[in-house]
Amino acid sequence: MSIYLAIKEIWRNRGRYLLFSLVIALITSLVLFIAALAGGLANANKQFIEKLDADLLVYQENVDLLASSSRLAPGKVREVRRLAGITDVGAIGFSTATIVFTEGREPVDISLIGVEAGKPGDPKILQGAGLLAKRDDEAVIEQPLAESQNLQIGDLITIKTVQGTDEEFFELKVVGITDQRQYFFQPSLIVPLTTWDKVRPQASNEPNGSGVIANVLAVKLQDPQQQVLAAQRLSQLVDGIEVVDKPTAIQAIPGYAAQQSTLNTQQAFTLLIGILVVGGFFQIQTLQKVPQIGVLKAIGSPSRSVAFTVLLQIILVTVIGVTIGSLVTLALALGMPNNVPVLFSGPSVSLAIAALLLIGPLGGLVSVRLALKIDPLTAIGLSS
Amino acid sequence: MTASLRTEKATKIYGKDNTAVMAVNEVSIQVQPGEFVALVGPSGSGKTSMLAMLAALLSPTSGIIEIAGQDLARMSEKERARFRRERIGFTFQANNLVPYLTALENVELMLRLNNKLDQAGKSRARQLLERLGLGERLNNLPSQLSGGQQQRVAIARALVHRPDVVLADEPTASLDTERAFQVVETFSNLIHEQNRAGIMVSHDLRMVKFVDKVIQMVDGVVTRVLDTRTQIEALSRAGSFEALQSFQEPQPATLTPSLTTPAEKPRPVKPAPAIRPATVQTAAG
Repeated sequence: MSIYLAIKEIWRNRGRYLLFSLVIALITSLVLFIAALAGGLANANKQFIEKLDADLLVYQENVDLLASSSRLAPGKVREVRRLAGITDVGAIGFSTATIVFTEGREPVDISLIGVEAGKPGDPKILQGAGLLAKRDDEAVIEQPLAESQNLQIGDLITIKTVQGTDEEFFELKVVGITDQRQYFFQPSLIVPLTTWDKVRPQASNEPNGSGVIANVLAVKLQDPQQQVLAAQRLSQLVDGIEVVDKPTAIQAIPGYAAQQSTLNTQQAFTLLIGILVVGGFFQIQTLQKVPQIGVLKAIGSPSRSVAFTVLLQIILVTVIGVTIGSLVTLALALGMPNNVPVLFSGPSVSLAIAALLLIGPLGGLVSVRLALKIDPLTAIGLSS
Repeated sequence: MTASLRTEKATKIYGKDNTAVMAVNEVSIQVQPGEFVALVGPSGSGKTSMLAMLAALLSPTSGIIEIAGQDLARMSEKERARFRRERIGFTFQANNLVPYLTALENVELMLRLNNKLDQAGKSRARQLLERLGLGERLNNLPSQLSGGQQQRVAIARALVHRPDVVLADEPTASLDTERAFQVVETFSNLIHEQNRAGIMVSHDLRMVKFVDKVIQMVDGVVTRVLDTRTQIEALSRAGSFEALQSFQEPQPATLTPSLTTPAEKPRPVKPAPAIRPATVQTAAG
């Protein structure tokens, strides 16, 4: 009975209900895009750290886990490496550079990352060969960079950095391609740490000769379950370092937490607006139908059945709206250029859709309650 | 003959203590199967409250309301809803029909509510509408029907599930005189044909022409009962009790022995100190 009335009413007023479903569809698209944008921006910021084959990260003490400020001398690397319970340690250096092309193509800004060959930080190779410590003119690039710039194994690329006040150019050979590992919104170009130390931008008066100063150490533990304990022990035994796990390191990436919380707040507010819009629409609908609902109850429709009709309509309209919105978003996502930082990940999209499907019934609760409370006496102009 | 509908000292008081309002005061009536009764009275007379109690929409404060031998006062809210959809047919003054259902669907709604929408039920719904002259309008939405046609659909809906009692609340209020007469005549014919007990609340005394008995209520009590054709037709022609008095012999209307009303002749209500006649909470009484 409730299903019959719910569907009949929607069908006979399909224009109005479709219009409202489109409002829900727009809210759905907005929420999904904000979720995708949050995911895309987060990814562009943290991908390299997230994909590191490491359990802990070591920074210099008192630098607020800022990789660019952290400076770890080779001595510290040796100290950490000697400690029991540690399988391996890789020193990593982060800086930026620009790939320049001769044939008039636009230069590409990249994250220039130095890693120790075969140590944590050295990326998994999808195509070609890995880095070798003794081959200092070789580089590994990430797949999207290779695709967007049409770079292949064996190609020579020119890197521009600023040394002192002068622009310096270095030629590197692409030997391997890894998966996407963006860092700080830029595609990664990974070189041996010694090469990184030579080509990275630096002031002319930087101390040199005492070995490569890394920014961060990636530490792999024998027992990854003992992260907290190992971090405490490392901090106690080695002076001047701060040890954290990967999620903490990601949160400390400049702007990361602020950006994510802003986008999450936007998403929450959009959902809240959705609840209010659905609530308002169905509240007005139900108020307009008070006499009609009164008659239905007077002729013997149980209150629950009438309320269930309202709830069913809310669910139907919401499901239709969310479906349209999701399909439109999917179509737009497929046509989205690669450089737009959106990432539609299964879990975040599912969570957003689940939240969107809940906004209808949540917003409509007031209307359902109202429908339950309508007195059949209103049908004959009386109130109890 | 067993009455389809019987009330015994049915009383309805709204509110409590100082705010108490007596809407219906010890009203006792009976309506037999196949009998069509008009409940008339001025605004605030308690007729709508009475109708609400007869329709199992309102519980009496005291007294008995019995339909088909069942005491409505003893029923829970859920039982009353079930009773309404199974045993009572109802037409209202306005907003009678579900606006998004066609004429036929509106009539079938009563059968759906009772889980009795079988082939026989469907054909009965169709036949009723055809009998009411709406054979060409079966698939029209209420918005595509005139006021009179909508009332006729409502009459079909009130009868399709074969209720014991059919109640009509001001069924002609929104109709012109000609259509109003047509609607009431059709209603009357169907009630007699189908042997239902019918009660119509109306403030328009011209419409009583087609009923078998007129019960007048004033200030919550039954003040007059007319049950002869001569009296009823005279009242219908006169249009008011006052006019009826003026052109008839100056004699009080007779009371039927079967009716036990608390008042033998028109008299004002003598409310308890805290109780006064209803005028506030009844919107159309």
